[in-house]
Formats: sequence, C-alpha cells, structure tokens
Amino acid sequence: MESTARDFKHNVDHALADPNLQDSLSKLKVGFSERRRQAAERLPEFEALRDRARDIKNHALANLDFYLEEFERKVLALGGHVHWAPTAADARRIIADLCLSVGARTVAKSKSMVAEEIALNEHLEAIGIAPIETDLGEYIIQLRHEPPSHIIAPAVHLTKDQVADTFLEHHAKLGFTKRLTERNDLVAEARHVLRQKFLDADVGLTGANFLVAETGSSMLITNEGNADLSNTLPRMHIVLASIEKVIPTLEDAAVLLRVLARSATGQESSAYTTLNTGPKRPGDLDGPEQYHVVILDNGRSNVLGTDMQDMLRCIRCGACMNHCPVYGAIGGHAYGWVYPGPIGAVLTPQLIGVEEAGNLPNASTFCGRCESVCPVRIPLPKLMRHWREREFERHLTPAAVRRGLALWSFIARRPRLYRGLTALANRILALFGRAEGRYRALPLASGWTRFRDFPAPPAGGTFHAQWTKSRSVKSPSAQRKP
Amino acid sequence: MSESAATARSQILNSIRRALRRGEISGAERQAVEARLAAPPRGPAVARARLAQPEKVALFCQWAEANNATVARVGAAAVPAEIMAYLARNNLPTDVAMAPSPQLADYDWASQKMLRPRRGRGEASDQVAITGAFAAIAETGTLVMASGPEHPVTLNLLPDTHIVVLREADIVGGYEEVWERLRERYGKNRMPRTINTITGPSRTGDIEQTIELGAHGPRRMHIVVVRE
Repeated sequence: MESTARDFKHNVDHALADPNLQDSLSKLKVGFSERRRQAAERLPEFEALRDRARDIKNHALANLDFYLEEFERKVLALGGHVHWAPTAADARRIIADLCLSVGARTVAKSKSMVAEEIALNEHLEAIGIAPIETDLGEYIIQLRHEPPSHIIAPAVHLTKDQVADTFLEHHAKLGFTKRLTERNDLVAEARHVLRQKFLDADVGLTGANFLVAETGSSMLITNEGNADLSNTLPRMHIVLASIEKVIPTLEDAAVLLRVLARSATGQESSAYTTLNTGPKRPGDLDGPEQYHVVILDNGRSNVLGTDMQDMLRCIRCGACMNHCPVYGAIGGHAYGWVYPGPIGAVLTPQLIGVEEAGNLPNASTFCGRCESVCPVRIPLPKLMRHWREREFERHLTPAAVRRGLALWSFIARRPRLYRGLTALANRILALFGRAEGRYRALPLASGWTRFRDFPAPPAGGTFHAQWTKSRSVKSPSAQRKP
Repeated sequence: MSESAATARSQILNSIRRALRRGEISGAERQAVEARLAAPPRGPAVARARLAQPEKVALFCQWAEANNATVARVGAAAVPAEIMAYLARNNLPTDVAMAPSPQLADYDWASQKMLRPRRGRGEASDQVAITGAFAAIAETGTLVMASGPEHPVTLNLLPDTHIVVLREADIVGGYEEVWERLRERYGKNRMPRTINTITGPSRTGDIEQTIELGAHGPRRMHIVVVRE
C-alpha cells in the first residue's frame, strides 16, 4: 500500500481530532492490556516461556537457510509446492500466475499482514481477480477501502455504528436492507454474506503464523475459523509467508503458542490453531487439490547479522501497540503504512526506508512498556533509538529539529547559561498560574495543549535550584519537615 | 523448477548466508541442528496440566466450558441418548452429518430412532455435525482433530453446531503429548494433511472488542466426554 508515513504529523492531527477514533481507542487501553495481564498471571511459567520463545526465534534466525530448505524439502515430499520471492513484485507475480493457472475469479483471503505489505489486493484487482477478505475486521475495512489499523484487530478504530452504516451501504443490494444495531446481528449478517463467498472462491489465500521445518506444515491461528474455511473449501490453497516465520519443530511451536494468544488477546488459546501439510491426500473427502507456499524476503535477509536483527523475532501479537501510549492516542492509521505501533516504528523504516518513515521511531516517549510486554523480548526502544541515530547521521532530521538540538546542546554545555535560562523559564511559566499543577493553554505551545495539558513546573524553582537547596539543608530536624 | 525460480531461491538463501557471514551450514554445526530436529527439545514444562488422568479430564472440561463449549460426561452406552437430548434441548434438527469414523461406529445410534446420521464430508446445508477427536488438551480445553477419510475437515467448520465425542483416554496434558501421539500414529515427520486444534465455538472480537460467537465456524460446540 501507498505509504503516508512521511505525513505522520498531519495524520496525527487528524487522528487526535477524530471523536470516533478516540472513542474506540479508549476501549483498547483497558481491553487487551488488562486481559493480557490476567492471562500472564494465570500461568506461572509465562516469563520462562518468553525467554524460551526469544531463544527459539534467535536459533531459527541463526540457522534460517537450513530451516527454510528443510521446510521446503518436507513440503515437496508431500506434493506441495514452494515458491521463493526475493521482492514484493516477485511474490505478486507468483500469486497472480497461480490464480490465473486455475482461471480464478475470486480469492478467499484470510488476514495476512504480509499480503498488505506487498499490496496484493490492488494487484489482483488490476488483473481482474476479486480478493475477498474473510476476517470480519478485514472485511469491514475492505468494504470501507481503508487499511488495517491494528495487526490483530484491523477494524479496532471503528465503532459499531460505523460498521452498521457500512454494512447497510454494501449489503442492501444483497437484500439486507435493514440497518442493524446489535453486534451479534452484524456478525450474523457478515457470516451469511461471506459463507457464500467461501463456497464460490477458486483460491484460498492465507498468511502463516509459523512454518514448521520439521513437518513442512504452515500454522495458522484465528478465532473466527476463516483461515480454515479459506484453506479447506477452494481447490487451491496459497500460503504467503515471510522468511522469518520458519521455526524448527512442533515442540517450538508449543512454546510460541503459549505466549502468542496470551500476549495478543489475553486468551489461553485462540479458538483455531491449524497445521496444514500439503494438498488433499488420497481418500480425503475435502481439502485443496493444490498447496503452494510463497516465501517472501523483501529486504528481511539484509537485517540478519546486524544490530537490528532482533526485529525479525516478532510474532505479530500486537501487544506492543496495545500497551503503547502513542498508539493509544493516535491509533494505527496515523503511522501511515502496514505495521503500526512500536513494531511498526521499527519495521517500517527497514521495509520502505528511513527517508520515508523517519517520523515513526521519533514518535515514542521511550517509556519501555512495549519491550516489557513483548513475548519474544524485542528491545523496541533500543531499535527505535537506532533509527533516530541513522536518521540524524544521514541528515534526514528536519531543519527545525536539528536547529533545536543544536541550540539545546549549546545551552546544555554551558551550565551557568543553562541554569539562568531554566530559572527564567520557570518564573515566566509561574506567571501563567500553576495552582492546578498543569496548564490548559499556553502561548506558543498550542500544538501541545490542544490535545493535552502541559505540566506546570513545581513551586520552589528548577530541579537544579531544589537540589542545591536540599543539599545545603543537612540538619535532621530540617529533613523531617513535611 | 524453472531457471528463474532456481535463481530466486538461491538469491534468498545466498543473501541469508552473506548476512550471517558464512556459507551453507556444514560439519559440527550442521550435525547440531540436525540433531535438534531429530530430537526436539521441549520448552519449560507447564505445571498446570501435569496431573493424574482423572484430574486432567476435569481440567479439560473446566477450560472447555470457560471457552463457551458445553460438556456432558456419560458412559459409552449413553452417548446417542445424550446427543439426542442435546438436540432436543436446543431445538436442533435430527438430520446430522457424521464423520465416517470407526471411532464413532461402535455407539448404538440405532437406539435413537429420531436420529438420522448422514456419513460423509460437511456440506453448506448441514446444521449439525458429529465427529470424534484425535486428542484433547487439558491445559486449555482444546480439541485436536486430525484430517483423513474418516474425519473430513469440513465437518469441523461448516455446520452451526459441532458435537464432539471424546474418549477420556484421549485427553492429554499439553501440546507436547499430542505431538508424541501424532508421531506414533502417522510416523515421524508425517503429519495428517490438516490438524485443527479447536478451543470452543468460533468467535470474533472485531466489532468494538466485544466477543461474539459464531463468526465463521460453529456457533455452538457440545463435547460428550465418554467415561471409561
């Protein structure tokens, strides 16, 4: 998809002023993160499992070529096919050719972030093939021509009323002319409409959460069962997966499954976890006649062996964005490309360039919550800092920021000037009244105060002044003063 | 493989090896990864499911119910009657799609005159499916279905109501025991085409993060645990 990461600041203004989005995001803050906390507490081994999950992914990455070849060998032995796609364009061409080879008119698609990354839908539409998103959230945003705003909850930015309007607009021609008001009715209507699409589809296209080298299986995790219908009903099943999805064994999968669902939604287990291994077998009464796995690189192999390799451990649970104060304020669309939140701020500069996406790693307070909940312990703040450094080194930082930093370093290296100026600023801020401990509005700071209060400096002067004062008061009686 | 496909393949593999600053894995390093594949190490053991069999059965039932399935525990002779009672209780049709499985053949279906099983794959028009299960996981209340001529995948997915007949002896602690059973049954490195692990009815949280059952797969799941 077309990136708008360059317009991040404009996107953010838009997001902060969108009442529907803010309403949806307020639910996200309490929903996923609270449920994850409870799930982690129910499993005493959770932290040990996270350590092991990190080690498994590191081991797989260190031996990635071996495990990919092993995976391929097993798939071929069972009558499946493996296609290697160095670039997004290669993957699009391979998939288009496969669809055309069976005269496909529609493709039932199960949510795949990698498919978003290579803009597969647009490409299929251009050659006259209709991709149909079957995950409910993806289906809703496909009808609305929007990109996903969250990697596991693509329509999390929408309210029920917005979904009702969308369904009325698009389903009226199918005979559903009543505007629905209940969630379960909306789900039932989408189920009805999509069931027929599953039955009619010529090709089922899914992503993969993991590729298991030991058995040549692709592993898919959903709550709806849409991936399962996509890989069971059509006569061709195409799996699109990036290189870092391969893991060694089923035992490793067990560890990763235990941390994935709990980190993502706080569930003990997702409703459906499915392993597919090759096409329909002799005697089978259902299943696809053809099974293809498309393995995409798209720049990932360049990250191996660098200090950015940690990002390839990601298992796409979404915990980092669920716990991010920035994501929680602006939602996913503001990030401007496929992957939002902290992991998006790290992946996007890698995949589309720091020139385009340099804003994203800057949109962080480095509070560290993302790293503290990541099931594979990716040091996300460290990786974001790395991108900031690269951006600065390559002179991509905007002139205003560079000038600001230069001014800051000039002042910070001159302690007396620094103290004088901060004391002055403190006194000026005091003139605006700090009784409430915060300002609703401040001259020259409307960009900040439009959406949040500005914290007032405490009475008693700057930190420096207070520190000096506390060190000069040494008597115990003075220290006991409240 | 065509020439361009072979090129693409080596392009990716070479790029990986270049980045990792080595050639193809060989020697002792290769032996180590091959040994790891041949004898997969298990992750940290989860204490929750390390129980005696009766407690495993109870834990399975508890988690299955927590995940919105219903559970009945009966003797083998009472299975058809329990299913008939469930259908009546929920006002469901008695024309059912049934897995053509030897696992299900031993129950006295004829004892329920109203029940009309059709053995075969699932069809879009099916309201109710009855299947067995390859195994079940106590740790999370999860059923494990292995595809094959005796268990078509469509039965797990298409009908509105999925009734599963599960033998107590097939309930294990965690995933690792399922993998062991699969290797025993199908041979090492030989998986059935599809393994569906299923935890409760289909669901979605895609509208306002509120769980609704019956997104695409079954809306209802009833598990009949057969006492031994």
